[in-house]
Amino acid sequence: MTAATTTLSAPRRRAAAARRGGALLGLLAWGCGVLFFLPFAWMVLTSLHSESAAATNPPSVGAGLTLQGYREFFGAGTGVSPWPPLINSLTASVASTLLVLLLSIPAAYALSIRPVRKWTDVMFFFLSTKMLPAVAGLLPIYLIAQNAGMLDDIWLLVILYTAMNLPIAVWMMRSFLAEVPRELLEAASIDGAGLLTTLARIVAPVAMPGIAATALISFIFSWNELLFARVLTGVVAGTAPVFLTGFVTSQGLFLAKVCAAAVCISVPVLVAGFAAQDKLVQGLSLGAVK
Amino acid sequence: MIVVTQLPFVGTLVISFMRWNALEPDDRGFGGLANYKAAFEDPALRSSIKTTVLLTAAVVLVSLLLGLVLALLLDRRFRGRGIVRTMLITPFLVVPAASALLWKHAIYNASYGLLNGTLTWLWSLFGSTRAPQPDWLSTTPLLAVEASLIWQWTPFMMLILLAGLQSRPMDVVEAARVDGASTWQVFRYLTFPHLRRYLELAALLGSIYVVQNFDAVFTLTSGGLGTANLPYTVYQTFYQGHDYGQASAEGVLVVICTILLATFALRTVSSLFREESL
Repeated sequence: MTAATTTLSAPRRRAAAARRGGALLGLLAWGCGVLFFLPFAWMVLTSLHSESAAATNPPSVGAGLTLQGYREFFGAGTGVSPWPPLINSLTASVASTLLVLLLSIPAAYALSIRPVRKWTDVMFFFLSTKMLPAVAGLLPIYLIAQNAGMLDDIWLLVILYTAMNLPIAVWMMRSFLAEVPRELLEAASIDGAGLLTTLARIVAPVAMPGIAATALISFIFSWNELLFARVLTGVVAGTAPVFLTGFVTSQGLFLAKVCAAAVCISVPVLVAGFAAQDKLVQGLSLGAVK
Repeated sequence: MIVVTQLPFVGTLVISFMRWNALEPDDRGFGGLANYKAAFEDPALRSSIKTTVLLTAAVVLVSLLLGLVLALLLDRRFRGRGIVRTMLITPFLVVPAASALLWKHAIYNASYGLLNGTLTWLWSLFGSTRAPQPDWLSTTPLLAVEASLIWQWTPFMMLILLAGLQSRPMDVVEAARVDGASTWQVFRYLTFPHLRRYLELAALLGSIYVVQNFDAVFTLTSGGLGTANLPYTVYQTFYQGHDYGQASAEGVLVVICTILLATFALRTVSSLFREESL
């Protein structure tokens, strides 16, 4: 009788221990999450403080909140408006993303649905272009832009960002398009649909989440890019990250304003990224993670 | 495609053999290997190669390890998992220039940054007013840059590894458990082999991006105190020194370093491909 009780309770005891361990690991995960989130939270909190409350030691967590930093970022009193750089960033990111989609969908379609010979070689070529460090092409691009009179022109960045993101986009799109069922395509071609009709009516709807992920990543990379934007633009076409680096030298009492600027410029990417977390993973690993 | 992505590099290659300084427009011509010789003899460049290697290795390895731990933690079911995942992704989504500014001013700053502020607060708990107040960016510049980059790249590693974990065939794990395998055995003989290619993929993609890092170095230290990596050095030679020939030679060196990395990367990706087409 007693022997039976112990054999029964041993697994139960183990299960209880596992539950406790699980709860502990859950707490640990929470701790890590909070730790990683802390710098960002600190940035948001600082941006909502007055300049004098932001720059204190020890930190003043409980100080009253104000939108002063944001008002100053948007040019109140200082005369420097962030709108032109924000609009430049938006133009460069959206236009290059649209171009990337326009070019990568047919290319990926050709590589995935109607395999050309040696398609893996073509894919490797696409990827290899991404591995060439950006700095290695910086100078010739600068000189070409100078000769073409395109320095400080936002459309130069549109072209460059399109070229930069295209290889990744083709890679991602290929793996997404490969999931479109062949039967659908065959049915379409029997019904006499041309390439464009097939793309628009059949491929696009099925591959929509993949297209969205590709667009998102292209948008994020363009929005975040700093090196080319810094070298190739100036007063007129400067993008938001370039504008942000203008704060590098600002010291002392501008902390709240700097944080407000950093928050504002990060918001589009944060919103897009939070909304599409799962797709982001698939995209970032070049669609190889399935 | 080819024109925009490859031609500039050919241009760089050509210019790297020329005497060409924008400040001396009359003296332009074929310089042979002079730029490469100058580049190799330049102690600043040699130190920036070392910095690039140290920075990339440290950031990729540490963030990969942290990413693995976090991915394993998040693979379990617990209350609020979605919230924790969202919090963990945040650093990767903050615009790099903004996150560099955040670390420089709001965290590392010696007189009002969060780090020293916390030290002051901790010390004051014990009634001391003499908390250590190090100037992080000048005492440990490279470590400071690395910490901010690790913060930024750990979520990326975690995301890829988490996707790897969740694509693991669970029936095999269940079977192993029934057979009495311990948690460590399941990890060592089932999870880890499955994760290996995801680990490689994450490391390689991470390296490609971290090698090229410009934002953090530019913003945090402006390349000072031994933190100038190769991209920053090229930028400086070209943008501030206006020595086009020299900058191009340095650019070519960056490419050679990256090609070594990329060959390795392509081999890994090609093994992924083979599995996919099976």
